[in-house]
Amino acid sequence: MSGFLASTREVGLELTLIDRTLGGVSWIGAWVIKFAKGVIEEAGKIGLFFFESIRLIFDKPSRFTEIIRHMEFVGNQSIGIICLTGLFTGLALSFQIYLGFKMFNAVNMVGPVVALGITRELGPVLTGLIVAARAGGAMAARLGTMRVNEQIDALDVMGVNTKQYLISPRIVAAFICMPLLTAVFDFVAMVGSWILCVRLLQMDEAVFWQKIRDMIDVKHINEGLLKSAVFGIFFALICTYRGFNTTGGAKGVGDATNQGVVQSMVAIIILDYFLTNLIRFYYNMMGIS
Amino acid sequence: MMNEPAVVMKDVMKSFDGGKDYVLKGINMEIPRGSLTAIIGFSGTGKSVMLKHLLGLYKPTSGSVRVLGTDLSKLSPDQLTKFRCRFGVLFQSAALFDDNTVLENVCFPLYEHRRDLKEAQVVRIAEQKLEEVGLDPKHFGKLPSQISGGMQKRTGLARALALDPEILIYDEPTTGLDPILTEMVDNLILSTHKSRPGTTSIMVSHDLSAAFRIADHIVMLDSGKVLLFGTPEDFFKTDIELVKKFVNKGMKHQ
Repeated sequence: MSGFLASTREVGLELTLIDRTLGGVSWIGAWVIKFAKGVIEEAGKIGLFFFESIRLIFDKPSRFTEIIRHMEFVGNQSIGIICLTGLFTGLALSFQIYLGFKMFNAVNMVGPVVALGITRELGPVLTGLIVAARAGGAMAARLGTMRVNEQIDALDVMGVNTKQYLISPRIVAAFICMPLLTAVFDFVAMVGSWILCVRLLQMDEAVFWQKIRDMIDVKHINEGLLKSAVFGIFFALICTYRGFNTTGGAKGVGDATNQGVVQSMVAIIILDYFLTNLIRFYYNMMGIS
Repeated sequence: MMNEPAVVMKDVMKSFDGGKDYVLKGINMEIPRGSLTAIIGFSGTGKSVMLKHLLGLYKPTSGSVRVLGTDLSKLSPDQLTKFRCRFGVLFQSAALFDDNTVLENVCFPLYEHRRDLKEAQVVRIAEQKLEEVGLDPKHFGKLPSQISGGMQKRTGLARALALDPEILIYDEPTTGLDPILTEMVDNLILSTHKSRPGTTSIMVSHDLSAAFRIADHIVMLDSGKVLLFGTPEDFFKTDIELVKKFVNKGMKHQ
């Protein structure tokens, strides 16, 4: 009898364990489904927001003045910080590569390797991250404040298409300014590399430039500029979306800014990988080495 | 069509959670053209939601909203945007654009919708509107943050008047103001209404004494429904217990 009871208790314990395991699995499953649903819903909303904003660029009245105003903010006001970070990126990257290449007696290759890394990767990515933090954060905060202070409602009831007036010009401005800022970053970073290699490490200047000329092609620069234009669209889209849909007062503005900047930065880094592969794929298709 | 009321709401219901709970539970009312109507009620009774339906910012879950003879639910987003030029709204916070001067704020709707006007004409109209609401010209070049709350309200009203709207809406215009400023804003609303015959004015307010003093009609909302629609006299004569309680308490506090 006691043996029977013991085996019954064991079976009961096993059933409880199975029940709990199944419960846990179903809880995880439900959470995954809910999370995926949320991500898909949010992506759908951002997609609609994006396509409407793009369509409205071509609508009347023209927002040319607004585009220029935002270009001044995104582009012109970012030049200082882009030059500063570009210069020190060029200096630091060149020094690290120099230390590595010295071991193989290949210091002449520092210039072209830095140039390749800057034009194809670091230039667009770092410019994207810096401008997303500076201008993207400001976009989210500005729109968020306008939302909680009823200024967007005021525009709405004044018969102004708020997406056309507030969102489209910012996306266009970021799309135009990002490649220009990346070009500035590339140039200044190469100046940094030149200062380190030629001025500080006394490398041969003619060899430094000749090697860069031999190995760098316009397509490398274009690859970086193309990526940066896409980064511009994405950070402006994410930050304006977050700011435009702000709810809940000052805390809401803070949250929107935080989300806008963080999501933009993550999006830039993830996009960079896919864009690099896509551009490689295109070059292979077109037979460009 | 011209005799049709400025606003007709028929069985308007609004739910934000797919029908589980309704904020508006069948609003029926008609606001006559050219009148000054006050919308009153306890907090959370749906006054702001109702106002947003009038402006076409929300679409009713069921029912219809006709404004100036047009069914708002039948308008496309672009048509609705254009239609809103017929409204002028003074927001609770005035909602001025903080990077524009007082004058630029009033010029804004004119630049947007009166592209036939030259810049000098726009500025002249804006200055006239600002003078109409009693703002001293020495403040025209200041930013909203550099002027007082009362002046901000005046600027907000001048901006609302810029396009000579057919319907003027005041969203809790005196909330948070001191008694002197409150009286100034009330008088401003009344004088603006009187100086514009034919313009329909709708005011959402917690200020009962002002509502009874200046409004031609009063709508009282409770739990998403119209509890009473009538003249101020109707409100004093009514037998509805909740209205009597609201009116007595409200008048006592003010």
